[in-house]
Amino acid sequence: MAEKGYEFVVCDPDKCIGCRICEYTCSMTKTGTFDPSLSRIRVVRIEPVTMLAVTCRLCADAPCVLACPRDALSRSEENGIILVDGDKCDGCGWCIEACDFGAIVLNPATKVVEICDLCQDEEGGPRCVEYCPTEALSVTTPEVLRQQIRREVVQRLFEELVEES
Amino acid sequence: MYGYTGKILHIDVTTRKTWVQEVGPEFLKKYIGGVGLATRLVYDNTPKGCDPLGPDNALCFACSAFAGTTMPVGTKHGVASKSPLTGFIGDSLSGSHFAEMLRRAGWDGIVIKGQSPDWVVIFIDDDEVQFFDASPYMGMTTMETQRAIREKLGDENVRVSAIGPAGERLVRIASIDNDGRQVGRTGNGAVMGSKRIKAIAIRGSHPITVADPEGLMRETLKLIKASRGPGTAKYRTLGTPANVLNMNKMGVLPTRNFRETVFEHADLVSGEYMREHYVIKDVGCAGCTIGCEKWVAVKEGKYKGAIIGLDYEPLFALGPNCGIGELPPIIKLVQLCDELGIDAMSAGVIVSWAMECYERGILTKEDFDGLEPHFGNDEAAVELIRKIAYREGIGDLLAEGTKRAAAKVGKGSDHFAMQVKGLEMPGYDVRSLKTFAIGLAVCARGPCHNRALSYELDIKGVVDRFVWEPGRAPLIIQKEDFAAILDCLVLCKFIRNCFENFYEDVARIYTMATGIPMTAEELRMVGTRVVNLKKAFNIREGWTKADDWLPARLFEDPIPEGPSKGAVLNPDEVRQGIEEYYLARGWTKDGLIPKSTLIELGLEDIAEEIGVEAEPVANPSSKEA
Repeated sequence: MAEKGYEFVVCDPDKCIGCRICEYTCSMTKTGTFDPSLSRIRVVRIEPVTMLAVTCRLCADAPCVLACPRDALSRSEENGIILVDGDKCDGCGWCIEACDFGAIVLNPATKVVEICDLCQDEEGGPRCVEYCPTEALSVTTPEVLRQQIRREVVQRLFEELVEES
Repeated sequence: MYGYTGKILHIDVTTRKTWVQEVGPEFLKKYIGGVGLATRLVYDNTPKGCDPLGPDNALCFACSAFAGTTMPVGTKHGVASKSPLTGFIGDSLSGSHFAEMLRRAGWDGIVIKGQSPDWVVIFIDDDEVQFFDASPYMGMTTMETQRAIREKLGDENVRVSAIGPAGERLVRIASIDNDGRQVGRTGNGAVMGSKRIKAIAIRGSHPITVADPEGLMRETLKLIKASRGPGTAKYRTLGTPANVLNMNKMGVLPTRNFRETVFEHADLVSGEYMREHYVIKDVGCAGCTIGCEKWVAVKEGKYKGAIIGLDYEPLFALGPNCGIGELPPIIKLVQLCDELGIDAMSAGVIVSWAMECYERGILTKEDFDGLEPHFGNDEAAVELIRKIAYREGIGDLLAEGTKRAAAKVGKGSDHFAMQVKGLEMPGYDVRSLKTFAIGLAVCARGPCHNRALSYELDIKGVVDRFVWEPGRAPLIIQKEDFAAILDCLVLCKFIRNCFENFYEDVARIYTMATGIPMTAEELRMVGTRVVNLKKAFNIREGWTKADDWLPARLFEDPIPEGPSKGAVLNPDEVRQGIEEYYLARGWTKDGLIPKSTLIELGLEDIAEEIGVEAEPVANPSSKEA
């Protein structure tokens, strides 16, 4: 497992059209209401054409875990997700500051932080991926991701070679 | 309440007082939201005969129960007021994150009346309404305004609807922009400007609850998948500019101010050519699963740096219709319209009218401050758009729209003023679309393909488009009512071919969202009701049969060449078609609405006000509608 790395949700910026259905879906899954402010995946739209959904990357050496002064955060050995101990977390927000991706949300009602858990309780994996209309979101591992990137770059290189010759 | 909040926010910008109107499920079910709800709010909150640009006009915003949910293409809002362009109902829609924020701020709609003593920005922060001095933002483009206000408030989540320099100057075709999408048609931007509101910012923090979350999630997932199928392929790949070649091939592409209907450079301004050379990104509105909006950028030449989301209607209006046969100037022109805050469709048809006036010598180089706007002169077009937005020189005349401009210029220029009720025509030449011609003539907001929708009958070959045959009125009504219900829900028209049984499916999902029982038949009735409501508003504001008439060119100038060569409208046929439409609607042959028809539709109070006693002439075909 460790060699292959853990799965996480990635977004292809070319495919993302900025619709934010992932936010609607995530908040409904986790809170039973449509409330994007509590969504654990958020879409960044920088007008006019830059758009990308961002969520927890399951960092190997997770800064949020290191930053937590109360040891409320830990990384699951089983699947790499960041576990939040609701009894220990008091919503101080150090982890929010430490996260490079703005992927951690503080629930004002419970005063506990919430992080993408890849929909552990749902059958069929992350629901944002299931609902994403353009297939911009997918579940992947670092290894599969780099395979994909390598394949794309080699393909592009050879297309250019063919065009030039 | 589920889906809805049951609350309408009323704002008087003169006194800066606000109050809350509570509305119940029965009321909401009748109008649903969007255009339907906004039109009802306009009807109830404007005194008869009010000046569209005066304090009494009500600028109304409304979303629907689907806003901010996973219902695909359902997060949109409608805006309506008495139009300064037509004097009748002016309703317009926009895809938007604004709608989601409106709902999450706790409102089904907003009604704004009065006139602020100074320019303001209204900030609706949940149930708190604040007024800021707008002077730092005056003169800014629509997008600059939105960015600056978000920066000032320090929150990226704030959504802003803003007018540009044109709205500030009460240009009658002024639009309202949010996130690069426009409430474009009928001049709602001028109404906002007349109230001295530069922008409306909104932030909502409430969660949206629905009656049956599981059911809604299940049904909407099915629809999300369906909306990626063949029913939307055209919109996903080429976007609406796919129409350019289709319309050209049929000989209905308005060219050089509707003088011709085939454009020799159609290939160079086609969706196909655009996709290959200019598209940099597909973009969706909030909750959109289709992404029809194609962002295009010019990378070289004199329009280098121009960038915009390009749709067919602005493209036809500022391209072929102005004789402009290259994409870079069109991209520049549409960008200018969006940023300065004018409706690119009307703008294009106004510029093409001015060009024809110039070519005929009705208006001269002097009138144009030295410009020589012959057809195809893109630099002159760019300058004219700027002049319209800032009301400079001849722009002051053109900013009034083709109807008023032609009335002032005279010399027969109304013959080719391509407008109905004061609103400029959309991108279909109806001389060879005989069914759609009737649909456009009777449309309450002025000629609108998206309200009439009957072009489908002609273009898809459901009927022979070259001839008018009696008996088509029920088909026209069916399309118009269908369009109206989509505008209330609010669902983007582009999903219309993705349902198995539209009325049944949507009624069921509506109930899942709201908990309000709804049948397919009741849903269908909402469409009919809202079409009647809009017409009732027009009647109250002085509509007569003469207002349902098409531009003279379409009756007098046969199409000169191409696949539709020789086609022209016959006034007797059009008159018959319109009359048949009135009767099939249960109206009188003069287009007035009998009390009984309004009462049947549950519009009793309106029946009292504008209903006539005369019984409609029995028409057997009306039942099928």
